[in-house]
Amino acid sequence: MHHQDIAVDVVVDIYTRILRIRRFEEEVARLFRQGQLPGFVHLYIGEEAVAAGVCAALTDEDTIISTHRGHGHVIAKGGDIKRMMAELFGKSTGYCKGKGGSMHIADFDIGMLGAIGIVGGGIPIAVGAGLSAWYTNSDRVSVCFFGDGAANEGSFHESLNLASALTLPVVFVCENNQYGEFTPAAKAMNIEHIADRAVGYGIPGVVANGVDALEMYRVASAAVRRARGGGGPTLIEAKTHRRGSHAEGEEAFLGGQTYRDEAETAAAQAKDPLLLLHTYVGENNILPQNQLEALDAQITIAVQEAVDAARNSPEPAVETVFEDLWL
Amino acid sequence: MPRKTYVAAIQEALAEEMRRDPRVFLIGEDVRIGVFPSTRGLHAEFGDKRVIDTPISELAVAGAGIGAAVTGLRPIVDLMFGTFLYLAFDQIANQAGAMRYMYGGQTKAPLVFMVQNGAGSSAGHHHSQAVHQFFMNMPQIKVILPSTPYDGKGLLKSAIRDDNPVLFLHSLALGGKRGDVPADEYLIPIGAADIKRAGNDVTICAVGPTVYTALSAAKTLAARGVEAEVIDLRSLSPWDKATVLESVAKTGRFVAVDESFPVCSAASEWCATVAEAAFHHLRAPVQRVANKDVPMPFSPVLEKAVLPSVADVIEAVNKTLV
Ligand SMILES: Cc1ncc(C[n+]2csc(CCOP(=O)(O)OP(=O)(O)O)c2C)c(N)n1
Ligand SMILES: [Mg+2]
Repeated sequence: MHHQDIAVDVVVDIYTRILRIRRFEEEVARLFRQGQLPGFVHLYIGEEAVAAGVCAALTDEDTIISTHRGHGHVIAKGGDIKRMMAELFGKSTGYCKGKGGSMHIADFDIGMLGAIGIVGGGIPIAVGAGLSAWYTNSDRVSVCFFGDGAANEGSFHESLNLASALTLPVVFVCENNQYGEFTPAAKAMNIEHIADRAVGYGIPGVVANGVDALEMYRVASAAVRRARGGGGPTLIEAKTHRRGSHAEGEEAFLGGQTYRDEAETAAAQAKDPLLLLHTYVGENNILPQNQLEALDAQITIAVQEAVDAARNSPEPAVETVFEDLWL
Repeated sequence: MPRKTYVAAIQEALAEEMRRDPRVFLIGEDVRIGVFPSTRGLHAEFGDKRVIDTPISELAVAGAGIGAAVTGLRPIVDLMFGTFLYLAFDQIANQAGAMRYMYGGQTKAPLVFMVQNGAGSSAGHHHSQAVHQFFMNMPQIKVILPSTPYDGKGLLKSAIRDDNPVLFLHSLALGGKRGDVPADEYLIPIGAADIKRAGNDVTICAVGPTVYTALSAAKTLAARGVEAEVIDLRSLSPWDKATVLESVAKTGRFVAVDESFPVCSAASEWCATVAEAAFHHLRAPVQRVANKDVPMPFSPVLEKAVLPSVADVIEAVNKTLV
């Protein structure tokens, strides 16, 4: 990795975001295995470099939209892990007061416009956020995260075209982890690079190494600059991989069947975005080992505090089913 | 009689119909692996051509099913969750749901849309809605929602053989339920209700998971000397008005229990029909028990509070008894 031009504090910032996502999700995986979390949980482990690199290129005013695999996006945008954890437990102190859950976390105060459980459901909304920035002459940029699978939904195609036709400040970030559930992307589309689809909409399409957080930062920064400057949308395809299951507990869905071979999984795991950046940080003397360890310890404690707080929080009161309905 | 789970019975219906008719095939996202076990194992027997995995493109997949149906095949389009039907709404509502009529009877679209319907797994609004009521509203689509393994198998086989578009809804909440499923072939006609429990005091009409809610309520009521007749409609469109009206003629009281948003719910339709056609038999106003009128919340506590409960049914029955 050759990123010596990226400032040290930016590297540390990105590293911190990745580590926070990783430690949070490792804990979520444990909690799910112990049967402590209701509903479906989709983990982002292995893909953290995308959210961390992209969100580091954004201002607090810029907005993002996320997917069913959304914890990483919320954390990378600066979300509060306490309120996230409480939401995963379905507690009243969660981001959505227990009404949203893992697939529907939002924090409108930090420009996180929501995680969406419908594949491709967020892409048009991101265009709308870009539309409102353009309409109000704001220099806000709208970023949309979605998967390779989502790139086969009609919403993807309509949205890219619409954003292009109206020259809106939107950055489309396709997280190509090479699978949609159990179907390889290679079987769901006849092209190697989803970024090539950009040609059809007359916008730039960029392929990026999605496990290299600093490359993600660099590519995203360019796309954000272009969008902010009135140049219109960009499609970024981040080549990445998911470390684990499509959804936690997927063994139950699979019933003994497999869909990716061990060699492939092992090769993917070797490309760990956290490890990669950790090595970079060490080799370039960006932070001394003891400070890295202190950071890790601090994040681990914060995650544990979030779990304790979530456990000790009250269930939502039954009457709250009627709240937050009308204004 | 062999005992089977609800999902196993559905899987058996798919396998039997695919063996019987080479025009029948299954298409959808991850139907090979089977996100729901109901399609699991079919690929091993029927191969790539008849168990087709698709990209995540509900509109195109639904429309492709329609196109294949009007050109002579009998597709089963699996769109996984009921809420994903919203992405295919144009193809279902504007096309499948009208084309025979619109083209003056020249064509037919014999296909089955298959999805899981309703809540029960705390998956939040995008994965927990019951959607049957939207499709009941369409004049040219049959809608079925079985509550038992026996009904699941018999109704799905009828749906596959039906020459009209049929929406076959199954319920994750009932997936593990076991029941008797005969080894010999049988069909259950679409549009025929099943009286689950006879009673003279009140008619409770339900479908899918709410059948069990109604039966639990009936048990509690019986201990108080109130005998409820519980009807499992099984088919929502067309539905068995005759059986319901006959029951109401006997009991004079009607309670509809339905897991859907309450406005324009299935329960609304049942109640309107009973009020219209059995007004003179009624001794009390009809009662609707549906979801609370809110989106589906994630928290298990809130989800439970939104869904029709046994207590809700008893309360509704009590209102008919005063
Ligand atoms: C409209 C819709 N169709 C299907 C699903 C079921 N589903 C949930 S996640 C998923 C795979 C999505 O793949 P991708 O977009 O690549 O995201 P990834 O899970 O790989 O992050 C599918 C098919 C859904 N939630 N919404
Ligand atoms: Mg994917």
